[in-house]
Amino acid sequence: MRRSRTVALTAAAAAAVLIVTGCSSGTKSSDTSSSGTSAAGGADAATKNIVNASDKKGGTVTYEMKGTPDSFDPGNTYYAYIYNFSRLYGRPLTTFNPAAGEDGNKLVPDLAENMGQPSADGLTWTYKLRAGLKYDDGTPITSKDVKYAVERSNFAPDVNSNGPTYFKELLVDNPTPYEGPYKDKTGDLKSIETPDDLTIVFHLKHAFADFDYLVSAPQTVPVPQAKDDGANYVKHVVSSGTYKFESYDDGKQLTLVPNTNWDKSTDPIRKQLADKIVVKMGIEQSTIDKDLIAGNAQVDLVGGGVDPQTQAQILQNQKLKASTDNAYGGRLVYTAINTKVAPFDNIECRKAVQYAIDKTSVQLTLGGPIRGAIANTVLPPDIPGHQDFNTWETKDNKGDLDKAKAALKACGKPDGFNTVLTARTERDPEVQAATAIQAALKKIGVNAEIQKFPQGKYFSDNAGVPQFTQDHNIGLMMMQWGADWPTGYGFLQQIVDGRAIKASGNSNLAQLNDPDINKLIDDAATNTDKAAREKIYAQIDKKVMDQAVYVPLTDFKVFLYRPDSATNLASTPAFSGEYDYLNIGTTK
Amino acid sequence: MTELQNTTAPAAQTPAGDPFLSVRDLRIHFDTDDGLVRSVDGVSFDLHKGRTLGIVGESGSGKSVTSLGIMGLHRSKRARISGEIRLNGEDLIAAGPDRVRQLRGREMAMIFQDPLTAMHPYYTVGQQIVEAYRVHHPDATRKQARTRAIEMLDRVGIPQPDRRVDDYPHQFSGGMRQRAMIAMALVNDPSLLIADEPTTALDVTVQAQILDLIRDLQEEFGSAVIIITHDLGVVAELADDILVMYGGKCVERGPADTLFDAPEHPYTWGLLGSMPRLDRELQDRLVPVRGTPPSLINVPSGCAFHPRCPYAQLTGGRSTTEVPVLAEAVPGHHAACHLAAAERHRIFTEEIAPRL
Amino acid sequence: MFAYIIRRTFAALLLILVVSAVTFAIFFLLPRIAGETSDQLAAQYIGKNPSPEAIAAVKKNLGFDQPLYSQYWNFLKGLVGGAEYKFGPDPVTCHVPCFGYSFKNHLEVWPELTKRIPVTLSLAIGAAVLWLVSGVTTGVISALKPRSIFDRLAMGVALAGVSLPVFFTGALLLTVFSYEWPILDNLQYVNFTDDPIMWARNLILPWISLAFLYSALYARLTRAGMLETMSEDYIRTARAKGLVERKVVTRHGLRAALTPVVTIFGMDLGLLLGGALITEQVFSLQGIGAFAVQAIADNDLPKILGVTLLAAFFIVVCNLVVDLLYALVDPRVRLS
Repeated sequence: MRRSRTVALTAAAAAAVLIVTGCSSGTKSSDTSSSGTSAAGGADAATKNIVNASDKKGGTVTYEMKGTPDSFDPGNTYYAYIYNFSRLYGRPLTTFNPAAGEDGNKLVPDLAENMGQPSADGLTWTYKLRAGLKYDDGTPITSKDVKYAVERSNFAPDVNSNGPTYFKELLVDNPTPYEGPYKDKTGDLKSIETPDDLTIVFHLKHAFADFDYLVSAPQTVPVPQAKDDGANYVKHVVSSGTYKFESYDDGKQLTLVPNTNWDKSTDPIRKQLADKIVVKMGIEQSTIDKDLIAGNAQVDLVGGGVDPQTQAQILQNQKLKASTDNAYGGRLVYTAINTKVAPFDNIECRKAVQYAIDKTSVQLTLGGPIRGAIANTVLPPDIPGHQDFNTWETKDNKGDLDKAKAALKACGKPDGFNTVLTARTERDPEVQAATAIQAALKKIGVNAEIQKFPQGKYFSDNAGVPQFTQDHNIGLMMMQWGADWPTGYGFLQQIVDGRAIKASGNSNLAQLNDPDINKLIDDAATNTDKAAREKIYAQIDKKVMDQAVYVPLTDFKVFLYRPDSATNLASTPAFSGEYDYLNIGTTK
Repeated sequence: MTELQNTTAPAAQTPAGDPFLSVRDLRIHFDTDDGLVRSVDGVSFDLHKGRTLGIVGESGSGKSVTSLGIMGLHRSKRARISGEIRLNGEDLIAAGPDRVRQLRGREMAMIFQDPLTAMHPYYTVGQQIVEAYRVHHPDATRKQARTRAIEMLDRVGIPQPDRRVDDYPHQFSGGMRQRAMIAMALVNDPSLLIADEPTTALDVTVQAQILDLIRDLQEEFGSAVIIITHDLGVVAELADDILVMYGGKCVERGPADTLFDAPEHPYTWGLLGSMPRLDRELQDRLVPVRGTPPSLINVPSGCAFHPRCPYAQLTGGRSTTEVPVLAEAVPGHHAACHLAAAERHRIFTEEIAPRL
Repeated sequence: MFAYIIRRTFAALLLILVVSAVTFAIFFLLPRIAGETSDQLAAQYIGKNPSPEAIAAVKKNLGFDQPLYSQYWNFLKGLVGGAEYKFGPDPVTCHVPCFGYSFKNHLEVWPELTKRIPVTLSLAIGAAVLWLVSGVTTGVISALKPRSIFDRLAMGVALAGVSLPVFFTGALLLTVFSYEWPILDNLQYVNFTDDPIMWARNLILPWISLAFLYSALYARLTRAGMLETMSEDYIRTARAKGLVERKVVTRHGLRAALTPVVTIFGMDLGLLLGGALITEQVFSLQGIGAFAVQAIADNDLPKILGVTLLAAFFIVVCNLVVDLLYALVDPRVRLS
């Protein structure tokens, strides 16, 4: 959920300005996407194919970014774009296939020779490393370094605090809780075994079918313990990828040069094209956009899309528009209906909300079609398992007051009722979307009072605290959700599993606790057949929609400019629609 | 001084040698958005070295404009100056501005009404005198100039001049400041000194000291002096000749003695009446000149003074239609008045003199 | 004069102390008053997903469990004596002057700030020179020829300069000179000591956009000041001395007219040194302003506190310098 945080922020800032430009021009972009394919590819080409595919070597690929990342340390980051970018200097056990569209969601072995081998009970996962792998200093890479990397990234929250701690939650802990490699310098985590230098075995508390996805996180990028100096490691990350650190100036610039100890024969997916990769930080978004268009830069590292002015400029210009990609960002914008607050404990009242909301007007407040397509399912279209259906269909998604009123009547509240709708203060578009929903509900006599809370406390103190929502009659909550890895499980588990409800920091805002759905989640977690799992996810999606607890509003989209000077550009759903950074070269 | 006065012929006549300053038909008009302001409208006079001319009038009568005109300090493009100002034979109006600048401070110098605002607050008194000196003595070293400044301060009666030279104007008292101004004006031995209301801003006791100083210095330097004032008492002490201005014109001009004893113009009578005199018994009240000074844009027709003149009806209407010319009433004494000379003398002796 | 300097310096030091106390109170006292617990406060000092142990450690290390006055005292002690935090594998030392330690990316705040000072300093000083020269010159010429064509034109441009925000002029300059006609492209800060020519080349556009705004302001200020001064009696005196007009204007007029300009200049420069937020943002300069923006975006309290203090320090120092300059320029000040 947090991986795309910056995307959300950028979008929030952008959307207000976008309303005007977005609504008029957005429809056009989808028209052209199907037709015109020029040499450069045409609009949205990189969402389907690798554009400008090339093996040309040389040149400097310049990345620019607004602000700074949480960290370039593979073990201390939670941003999708660093997950994506760090693969240039670090190889996780598995990673995503550098390709466009659905192909980009495909997981492939990277540091490991093959995908993980689960035991019959699904509690043990074994990976074999490729032979002959070396760090940039020539020393060999061993499975112990992978083990160490997981330990440092998951068990030392006081040093490497940025990343998620899925491994900590999933792996069996020591009898006396393991304190991490910095505090406990001699001990280790017993549930990761390294029987030899090329084998690593993980012991899980419970079965977890998506484990291969979990190890695609940069937290499994090997780190030699001798070179780890905690917070300072980011200044001289030891490389196992195609490029290594040449210089690092915090908050300003990172320069990468080819890692001469990287061996093409051990790596089926990477190319080593550019002579140099430069990341410039703290660049104004409009400057980044201009540099992309002028060819001074090849990639906007954050990948959150161009800024509103640039978007308007691009949409006016057919030539520029042909070099853009409007990709899904793996994220759903929705309103959660609290099943524990009356009268929403009655499904008819929830249905009334489903029918009443005019999704087109909400879409406008969120920046128009370019920033999000109207959604009717919980799973976004770029998550495998997504199926199109529309349980609470209304004409043109504009809402249906008659059906809504009928539902209200069935609920025993023909004259409507009062409730509270929450949104995050800093997110202007979210507040505006809430206002649009408020207006729609008003038409059926439901008075929703909008209450705003700071985003930093939204989950810890307000919407994410069930008791708080009960105490304050909070029946409706604005929400966005993105998956940490592109599977139905990754997307759904936290927001639909009744056992994921927490007293604080809760993401299952509807407090949906349906035994059937919980069971399906468990089935998916233990089912090792990918196709079967995906079927289950679609099933869960339908069941959740049948409960009418979430009102999907839009599936978030990014609007990227695709510079002519960059080669091998493919927008991948695995990284929120960003281009895959693994093999980008330059024609310059 | 009295001696001098007696032996020197009236200014209008030609005394020994050419006058050092000769002003002929000086007109200074200003083009404003409201119309043409005739601040000075045809003024003429002569001044010899060693002599003092007092120019008297109410504010707005054109006396200060005249003095600034002589100094060439009317810089506005809207100022229209015509006539003749001859300084030592050289016509300043025809001369280029740079030539006038060279003469300014060297041949002619000026002291101003309020010495506090007239001196630059950020420079020491010494620096300002040194600057004045070095403008016209570019070859002089700083040290020489400073010595000269101290010498001048000493001359004008500043105690401990070598110390006070480094003081700032705000550290001086009012009288001392005016002394310093005088020192600055005289530092280049100018032949013409114009003092514009030199005592107005000062205490009464200090006023006398300053006037004494000006008189002493004039004797010492032998320069020509113009004293501009609204206070006849000031010129009574100092001036050899007096010029009375009203509405931009000269209404009476003559030797100080005769002007005080036998003033010709009703306006002068008014001025004299409003002058407190120590040598006479105090009147019940001072007799001011009734009414307000005339507008210089719409100058009253005929004699500019007629709206305020108690005797205007005696002119048979001429005062409202005809501009009186400055005519010699008695030798060396001119007045611009429609009343016949005899009539004027009668009124003065019968009605005015007893009340003075 | 000496006594005056001592007096003003002492007052400035006192002011900095007060500012530091107020800043400290804003970030540490107000949240408490608003009902935030020391745990929540500590949580803001570490990255996302802090564990309770991490929070407890930070709370102890930062002394949030101590009373507020001793926290402030420790902060002051850190400034002059450095501090040490037990954190992670080894204790980290925060060297003198310890402006704080960012637990978000494990960096001392002061070295981070000092890295950025040259950028902001280059930006501010360069722009200041530009706007002082152009603004004052324009103002003086305008004042000497009021209502002339030059005056009207200059004041028209000045009005535009005052009304146009930096992000507009900056973006316009950038679009025109870096992208449409790439005369000055690939702008990025280069140290003066590394390459003075590139330093100047890459800063010209930011200088101009910043200076455009300020010169407009200063032209108007100077013009008004000059118009007033040139009608002063002492200007007439200076002319009566026979001084050439140039000297009358520069030595007598300008000197007096510039005093208010100098006062404003001190304020402006002080503010700018605390970070030219928008200009740095538009031109992607990694100065103090960008640092502040980033710190606020990250909600990184030690950095925010540090940059606030630094900005306050610059303002106080600049005002001190102005006070001293003022005394140097106007003798009436130092004696009263």
